[in-house]
Amino acid sequence: MKAHIHVTLKRGVLDPEGKAINNALGGLGFGGVENVRKGKYITLDLSETDKDQALSQVTQMCEKLLANTVIEDYSIKLEA
Amino acid sequence: MRSAVIVFPASNCDRDVAVAIEKISGTKPHMVWHKDATVPDVDLIVLPGGFSYGDYLRCGAMANQSPIMKDVVAKAKTGTPTLGICNGFQILTESGLLPGVLMRNANLHFVCRTVALEVENNDTVFTQKYGAGQEIQIPVAHHDGNYCADSETLDRLEGEGRVAFRYANDNPNGSMRNIAGLVNDTGNVMGLMPHPERVADAKLGGTDGAPLFQALTEALS
Repeated sequence: MKAHIHVTLKRGVLDPEGKAINNALGGLGFGGVENVRKGKYITLDLSETDKDQALSQVTQMCEKLLANTVIEDYSIKLEA
Repeated sequence: MRSAVIVFPASNCDRDVAVAIEKISGTKPHMVWHKDATVPDVDLIVLPGGFSYGDYLRCGAMANQSPIMKDVVAKAKTGTPTLGICNGFQILTESGLLPGVLMRNANLHFVCRTVALEVENNDTVFTQKYGAGQEIQIPVAHHDGNYCADSETLDRLEGEGRVAFRYANDNPNGSMRNIAGLVNDTGNVMGLMPHPERVADAKLGGTDGAPLFQALTEALS
């Protein structure tokens, strides 16, 4: 089973990198970008075949290491 | 004063802080490899500056998973004075020993220069040789020193006098409320971004960092 994890900054947390990317897009002539938020995308190949088990394991991985929940949210998508 | 400096892969201020401690306290610290399971019986634990694990995932996140950290956290929680400098501060926030997180500098630049700090709380085991409100000059060298916490946490830190150092007039990284260093609720764990160990010897350009190590030596010897 494959797990796709997105780690993003919580709403309200300043994202200077997102701001710099937005400025660079403006410099390239791309108008109309109102906001940019930068995050991380992590994939895991799991030997687990049970979806509920996998979700519970990956949730713990996110809580313990993959995200810092002080400033980051995470979302998990599982693919058989 | 018996001390231990924890050495992670890509720590790079471990020897600097060991030299400063030995010069001021007269006792050589134990250099403890991150894969060890226990910290020797010491009066002070230091998590040094550097770029442990290449700052992979988040600064300090991988170092916090090192085998030694279980014992560091256990000893810090039972009162052993624990000092985290720069990357050490980042590891302390990742471990939960200190609240908040150190984010990428607001201007995205790696900043390496001497900054003025104000000693806000000189009633800690780390800061008692400074005067309250004293301004000191200490170098910073980091890419991720932008201290960030929610406003309730910041209010609590300020209300409880746990902000030990603030950037005096030149905030190099955008840290909230100009916080440069703070202590935990029991006062035995300190994290700070600036490097006092780099200015603990006049031959190296300054001595404003020396009182921190003198204070620890006096209190813990």
